[in-house]
Amino acid sequence: MALLTRTDLRQALLTGLWFMFLTFPLLVIKVNPIEHTVTWRWANMLWVGVASSGIVLACRLVRARRTARQERIRLGMEQTAKGWNPSVLRQPVFYVPLLGAGGVFFLAFPALFSTYQVNIMTTALMYVILGLGLNIVVGVAGLLDLGYVAFYAVGAYAYGLLHLHFGLGFWTVLPLGGLLGALFGLLLGFSVLRLRGDYLAIVTLGFGEIIRLVLENWSEFSRGPSGIANIARPGLFGIDMSLDASIIYLYYLMIGMVLCTVFVVNRLQNSRIGRAWYALREDEIACQAMGIDKARTKLTAFALGATWAGMAGVFFAAKTTFINPASFTFLESAIILCIVVLGGMGSIAGVIIGALILILLPEYLRAVADYRMLAFGAVLVVMMIVRPQGIVATVRRTYTSSR
Amino acid sequence: MEYFIELLFSGLTRGSIYALIALGYTMVYGIIGLINFAHGEMYMIGAFTALIVSTVLSIHGLPLPAILILTGLAAAVWAGAYGYTVERLAYRPLRNAPRLSPLISAIGMSIFLQNYVLLAQTSDFQPFPALIPDVAFLEPYAAIIGSTDLMILIVSALTMGLLTLGIKFTRIGKAMRATAQDQKMALLVGINVDRIISFTFVIGAALAAIGGLLIASHIGQINFFIGFIAGIKAFTAAVLGGIGSIPGAVLGSFILGLTESFATGYVSSDYEDVFAFSLLVLILIFRPAGLLGKATLEKV
Repeated sequence: MALLTRTDLRQALLTGLWFMFLTFPLLVIKVNPIEHTVTWRWANMLWVGVASSGIVLACRLVRARRTARQERIRLGMEQTAKGWNPSVLRQPVFYVPLLGAGGVFFLAFPALFSTYQVNIMTTALMYVILGLGLNIVVGVAGLLDLGYVAFYAVGAYAYGLLHLHFGLGFWTVLPLGGLLGALFGLLLGFSVLRLRGDYLAIVTLGFGEIIRLVLENWSEFSRGPSGIANIARPGLFGIDMSLDASIIYLYYLMIGMVLCTVFVVNRLQNSRIGRAWYALREDEIACQAMGIDKARTKLTAFALGATWAGMAGVFFAAKTTFINPASFTFLESAIILCIVVLGGMGSIAGVIIGALILILLPEYLRAVADYRMLAFGAVLVVMMIVRPQGIVATVRRTYTSSR
Repeated sequence: MEYFIELLFSGLTRGSIYALIALGYTMVYGIIGLINFAHGEMYMIGAFTALIVSTVLSIHGLPLPAILILTGLAAAVWAGAYGYTVERLAYRPLRNAPRLSPLISAIGMSIFLQNYVLLAQTSDFQPFPALIPDVAFLEPYAAIIGSTDLMILIVSALTMGLLTLGIKFTRIGKAMRATAQDQKMALLVGINVDRIISFTFVIGAALAAIGGLLIASHIGQINFFIGFIAGIKAFTAAVLGGIGSIPGAVLGSFILGLTESFATGYVSSDYEDVFAFSLLVLILIFRPAGLLGKATLEKV
């Protein structure tokens, strides 16, 4: 405790008081404007004060201990302890058993758990695909896309409508959904070629909202807010399956899809176009000076990112058998962005871990499920400040000269 | 013709509300070159604070004008406090980070604040009391312009006038302009840049809160999500006028308000939000610098 000085304590107290003042009207008073009654919730104020002071104290303590340790290291009193280095995971001794165990777990999952759990896991895997797709756009190419859910909607509605009007099956629509996603990605890409940063973010956000509003209002086309029901689940050579069997079947399809996505995305990142994306992310002008076609690079990033969202959308429609515009709001885009940011922008393993954490945690911790979106928002802020590289930082591929 | 004038006034009212919010965007952008994604939430928090304060005061039986003034003050003070806190938590630690970082943290802040209000208050629409009294001399024209519309026009014109004068003539206004021009140079001549940036966030949030109070008492209901759409529309207005330019934001807001009003009046009201979004996309593609903005060249 000696590490904390008087100023730290005073700062903690002041912060506590400030947050008590800040949250006073919204958190303490609750009015009922119709019956003209007021509820005072003073306990909340106490919680806010204690919690914010505590957080400040904890942060200060961590910082003080870190500086004290650095001081000792500088004076030679302590050896520099080796920090945990993520690059050890790159050695086959570590990652082969890890991957093996993971593979066995995921393959045996339906045998070990109930169909309810399998369903949740399928959802989580769907977000893995979405995260990996958005990762191409945001993580690798550095283009902040806040309307990613639009492509997901395009895929889902492609399956819903083609099934409704032409009776097309899942397997026919899956590539079509991907293609349509890519087409819309190109459409968005073309319109935002000249924009960057904040403008890009807000135009993509607007694009996502336009797609949703059109789906909601153009009832002749999309059946409006009531949505499309009775979409067929994926078939397997015309075999009739029970509900449980089809859920498990979908789970395995999803596993296959995730593997395929990971393979393709990994190959893409290390390809010529992948390196062009990295260059684009780091510096647009320098990237052009190196002879990279900026327009083409951006367009491929949007199109390839959107392809996965389109296919994930087809899966979504097949999984829930019902779609309506309410599933494709901005919040969905925000969740996918959160997955990418938490996991680590540009890192495939990170995105997978991020998706599993963010989708499974609220499902299993029912008590915190209400605070899910609150936590997502906080995660975005805290990650940017504390660890912008995410849980699993990307290890940049290095090239050694062979002289 | 009467329908036209009615639409004209409703457009002007909308426009002046957008202007109150758009000013916050444009001032923050002018100073730190970033778009404050959490700005729409300041408007929402202002409206909620106003709802709470006005209900508590009316239970205690205060006269209507007193309620209106106290509510406006409370909304501005608390929204300003939120603006300050958002800047401290989500922007200041990232001042020298890559551009993507403050953007993402601001989006996180926006989601956080929305859900904070959702959890602290309610997810339903809350009826908002009519705080603005009906004026007798407007009675014959009630179909064309209500007293709320008039009040909104007057209050926003006053606020914008005060802001313009403040930025032009006061010490802190001059410091703001200096910081906007060149932060390093402002530091060198002894301006506390951190404090100026905080101050800009506070002013922007307070203006948005006043806008929130006015529009909420005009429409009559609020919920936690109103900041999202209003924020995007005000942003559209700010970009339309040329982001970073204060007269531009006002001009853009009136153009957007009138466009929306006439488009919904003569074309269709289903696509109200689509008009704004499409306008935004079109401006950004064809004239990203806006009407009054200067196109900036990137130097290497």
